[in-house]
Amino acid sequence: MTNSWTDIKNTDLVVIMGGNAAEAHPCGFKWVTEAKATRGAKLVVVDPRFTRSAAVADYYAPIRQGTDIAFLLGVINYLIQNDKIQWDYVKAFTNVGYIVKEGFGYQDGLFTGYDEMKRDYNRSTWDYEIGPDGYAVVDATLQHPRCVFNLLKQHVSVYTPEMVERITGTPKDKFLKVASMMAECSSPTKTMTSMYALGWTQHSKGSQNIRCMAMIQLLLGNIGVRGGGMNALRGHSNIQGLTDIGLMSNLIPGYLTIPTEKEPDFNAYMSTRGFKPLRPNQMSYWQNYKKFFVSFQKAMWGASATADNNWAYDYLPKLDVPSYDILRAFELMKQGKMNIYFCQGFNPLQAFPNKAKLAEALGKLKLLVIMDPLETETARFWENHGVYNQADPSKIQTEVIQLPTTCFAEDNGSLVNSGRWLQWHWAAGTPPGEAKTDIYIMAQLHLRLKEMYKKDGGAFPDPIVNLTWNYKDPHEPSPDELAKELNGYVVSDVLDPNDPTKKVLEAGKQVPTFGVLRDDGSTAAGCWIYSGCYTEAGNMMARRDNSDPDDTGAYLKWSFAWPANRRIIYNRASCNIDGKPWDDTRKLIWWDGAKWTGYDVPDIAPTAKPQDVGPFIMNPEGVSRLFTRGMMRDGPFPVHYEPFESPVANLIAPKVRGNPVARVFKDDFAQFADVASKEFPYAATSYRLTEHFHYWTKNNHVNSVLQPEFFVEISEQLAKEKSIQNAGWVRVWSKRGSVFAKAYVTKRIRPLMVDGKPVHIVGIPIHWGFVGAAKKGFPANVLTPFVGDANIETPEFKAFLVNIEPSTGPVA
Amino acid sequence: MNMELSRRQFLKTAGAGVAGTTLGALGFGPIEEALASTIKPFRLVNTTEVRNTCTYCSVACGILIFSKGNLAKGEKADITHIEGDTDHPTNRGTLCPKGAALLDIVKSEQRLKQPMIRRAGSDKFEKISWGEALDKIAKAMKADRDANFIAKNQDGVTVNRWLTTGFLAASATTNETAFATYKVVRSTGILTFDNQARV
Repeated sequence: MTNSWTDIKNTDLVVIMGGNAAEAHPCGFKWVTEAKATRGAKLVVVDPRFTRSAAVADYYAPIRQGTDIAFLLGVINYLIQNDKIQWDYVKAFTNVGYIVKEGFGYQDGLFTGYDEMKRDYNRSTWDYEIGPDGYAVVDATLQHPRCVFNLLKQHVSVYTPEMVERITGTPKDKFLKVASMMAECSSPTKTMTSMYALGWTQHSKGSQNIRCMAMIQLLLGNIGVRGGGMNALRGHSNIQGLTDIGLMSNLIPGYLTIPTEKEPDFNAYMSTRGFKPLRPNQMSYWQNYKKFFVSFQKAMWGASATADNNWAYDYLPKLDVPSYDILRAFELMKQGKMNIYFCQGFNPLQAFPNKAKLAEALGKLKLLVIMDPLETETARFWENHGVYNQADPSKIQTEVIQLPTTCFAEDNGSLVNSGRWLQWHWAAGTPPGEAKTDIYIMAQLHLRLKEMYKKDGGAFPDPIVNLTWNYKDPHEPSPDELAKELNGYVVSDVLDPNDPTKKVLEAGKQVPTFGVLRDDGSTAAGCWIYSGCYTEAGNMMARRDNSDPDDTGAYLKWSFAWPANRRIIYNRASCNIDGKPWDDTRKLIWWDGAKWTGYDVPDIAPTAKPQDVGPFIMNPEGVSRLFTRGMMRDGPFPVHYEPFESPVANLIAPKVRGNPVARVFKDDFAQFADVASKEFPYAATSYRLTEHFHYWTKNNHVNSVLQPEFFVEISEQLAKEKSIQNAGWVRVWSKRGSVFAKAYVTKRIRPLMVDGKPVHIVGIPIHWGFVGAAKKGFPANVLTPFVGDANIETPEFKAFLVNIEPSTGPVA
Repeated sequence: MNMELSRRQFLKTAGAGVAGTTLGALGFGPIEEALASTIKPFRLVNTTEVRNTCTYCSVACGILIFSKGNLAKGEKADITHIEGDTDHPTNRGTLCPKGAALLDIVKSEQRLKQPMIRRAGSDKFEKISWGEALDKIAKAMKADRDANFIAKNQDGVTVNRWLTTGFLAASATTNETAFATYKVVRSTGILTFDNQARV
C-alpha cells in the first residue's frame, strides 16, 4: 500500500477491482464503511462476481475476468476526452510532457522492437529524448506530437465505451457510470482510493493491471494524498516483509538486485545502478545504492567484505536467467534438474498451478524437506488418496523429511502489514511436542554446513564459513539480535571531517536511519529500508501508542512503518508546486516557508524547496511515469491482452495470443485450451471464501464446520443449459485435470455478453485438499494453467477455460 | 510500553481492594467477603495476556492471547483464549471468521509434533530424531552442492551459483526468521529461492 488501512477513512470514492476486501480482508474493510458513514464516500465494485463487497457497494459493474486493462484504458480515454484531469498535479508531478525518442511506436497490439522467436522486446526506443545538457527533453505545452500526453491520448483512443463493452462484457452504461464517478475525483479536493489484491496480480499481465490504475490515480492527482493511493491489500500476514527482505531469486533485501552474469565485476554491476538524475535538482534517491549494497554485504560477511575484494561481490551468486521463480523451479524439477527442495511454511502442491505437473516434478527429487507447523499435501504428495491424489508410493523414490515448526503464537518477532507497518509480537504459548522455530532449523543447517566445510573443504566454502554468525547462542539466534541486524549498526567509528575529535558515528551503535549508511564499510545494515526499526532508543516496532493527533489516521507512534516511519509514501505530492496542500481539510504535510512539516514524516528532504525538487524521489526524473520507459517487459503503456486461455480472440489485436512476452514452457503451451475452444467453453476464475484462509484453515474444526465442502459457483442460466441441479454433483475439467464438486447455482454469477456472444463464468473457491479437518476435496489448481505474469511470474489463476457437466460425484 | 501488565496489576489490586477495604469499610465485611469468594476471578487475573498479530491476511489485526502459565517467565504456557485487541488502531478489537477461530489453528490436530521421514518407495512416515534429521539434510546439501556448484560459466565469468537445490520460503514467518533464512540460503549460492508473494 502507498497508504494505510486506517487512512481509507479519508477517501471520497473507494474502487474495489481485482479484490474482494469485504470477504478477504473484513477487518480492514471497516475503514471503507467508516468513510461511507462519516464522509459520505461511495463504494464502486467491478468484479465478475456479485461479491459481498459488491453487495454493500453504491455501484456494481460486472466484468469478464482478464479484461481489466481494457476497462481501465477506457477510463483513461474517458478522462482525456472529457478533460477530467487534475492538470496542476499532472503537469508538475508526472512525465506527461516528456518527449519520447523518435522511432518508438505501437501497432496491432505490439510496441516497436518485438522479437516473436524470443517472445521479448528490444526496448531501446522506449525512452526519453535526452537533450545536450544530459537531461530529458520536456515540452510543458504538451504540443509536441511525441510527448507522453499525445502518445497516451492516441494509445487509449481505441478503448471507446463501445469497445470496452465488446471486450469486457461490462454494459456501456455501467462502464460510463463508473468512469464518471472516478472522473469526479479529478478535483483537487476529491480523492479516490484503489483497493486491489490477487484479482489483479494473478494474470499473465498482472503488473500492467496495477500500473494501469496507477496511471489513472496520477491523472486524478490521487497519489501521495490522504484517502488516495494504490493499495495492495496483500494476502498473507508477512508477504510484504518476506519480499522486503528479498527472499526471491533475484533480490537483495530492500529491493536491491542480485547480479547477473553479464555483470562480471562490481564496477560493471554498479555501472547500471548509478541513477543519475534525468532532470535538474532531483534527488534520485537510488544514487545511494552503493551505500545500501555495501552495508548489506557488511551485514552478511563482516570483516570478510572489504574494499579490496569489492565487498565480497563474488560471494553473491550470479543469475543466467531473469529469475529462478517457483514456476521455473518446478519446470526444472520435472526435467530432473533439481535434487533437493525445501518448503518452509509453503504448500506448493496446492498453491501452484497444474497439480499433476507439480506432483510429477516432486517425484523426481532426491530429497524434499518440509518445515511447517501443519500437515500439508506437499509433504504427502506420494500418498495415495484415490481421485484426490492418485499416487503409487512404491514408484516414488523421493525421500521426504518433515520438520515441525512453531506458529505465530509461539515466537517473538515482527510482521509487515499491507500499510508497511512493522508490528512486533510476543510469544504466548509453549510449542507442541518437539516443534522448533524456523530460526533454530536454519541455524542448525548453517552450523553443520560450516563445520563440514571447515573440516573437509569443498566447493567455494568462503561465503558459508565467513557468514556473520556472532549471536549469543549461535544455535538459536534471538529475534531481537536479528532485528538489530536488519536495522543496521555502525561497524567502525566515523569521525567528523571538520573536527576529528568528534565521532559522527560510534562503532557498535545501532544506526538511527538509512540516511547515515555509508559505502566505505563503516556501516552494516541487513535491510536498509528497515533502518530505524530498532535503534539505540529501542525496538520501535514494539511501540503501542495509539494516539493520532487531529484524527488523520496516521498513528505515527504505533509500531514502525518503512521507510523512515512514513505512513503515506510520495506524501510531498499532497501539496501543490508551492508546497500548499491541495485540500485544506485533508492536510498531510506542507512547506512552512523553510521546511516540510505536518502529520506524516515528509517523503522528501526536509529543506528541499517545493518548486525545485519533485515528489517521486526514487525516480531519476523526480516525477512519476505515465510512460514507463523500458521498466516493464511488456510495454511502456498497458495493452489489453486476453488471458492465454480465452473464450474470445483479442478484439484489438487478433493475432496476439495472451501476453506476447510472457514466458511459456514448451510442454505447458501444449496444455492450453485453444482460443474460443469448443472443448472448454467456459471462463473460470478462482478465489477465497471469507471463512477460509488458503489451505490452512481446512485444518481447523470451526472453519471446516463453517465451510465443509468443495463447491463451484455457476449461474442459473448455465445450470439450466447443462441440466445441473443446485447442490448436485458436477465434474469440472480443464486441459490439465478434472475435479468433482458440489454445484452452487447462484444469482451472484451471471453470463456476460461479449461481442455479441454469451460467456458463462465458473467460480472456483480454492480451499480444499486431501488432508485436514474438512471433507476431502480438490484444490482449484488441478485446473489452472502453468503460466505467469510477464514481469514477475505470478501465475494466471484468475482467468482460464473449463468445461462442466452434471455428475454422480467422486468414486474414492 | 507493556500496557497489558499495568492493566493486570490494576485489576489484581482492585480485586483485592473490593473485598478487603472498600466494602469492608461499609460494615458488611464477612458477608461481602463470602460473596466475593463465590465470584470467578477475572480471566485477566487468572491467565497471562500477550499481544500478538493475526497470522492470516495483511490487515494484521491486533490480538490478545491468554495463556495458563507465563512463557516470558520460563513457565510452560497453554493458550486458552484469543480475542481482538481493542486498542489496535486498525481492527479496534474486531476479528473476521478466520481470526475469531485462531485458537483452532494453534490447537489443530494437524499440528506437527515431531520430525518424520518418508523413505524412498515407502508408503508411510516414520519418526526420526531432530539430530538425525538435521545431519541427514546438511549432508545431502553438502554432497549436492559440492557435486553441482558452478564456480564459472562457459565464458569463464565467476558466477558461484548452485542450481540443483531450491528453497521456497514462507509467507507468515517473522522478518527475523526471514533474515536468518536469507543469510543461510544466500550464503550457499542458491538461486532457486522464492516466497509466496505470488499466491
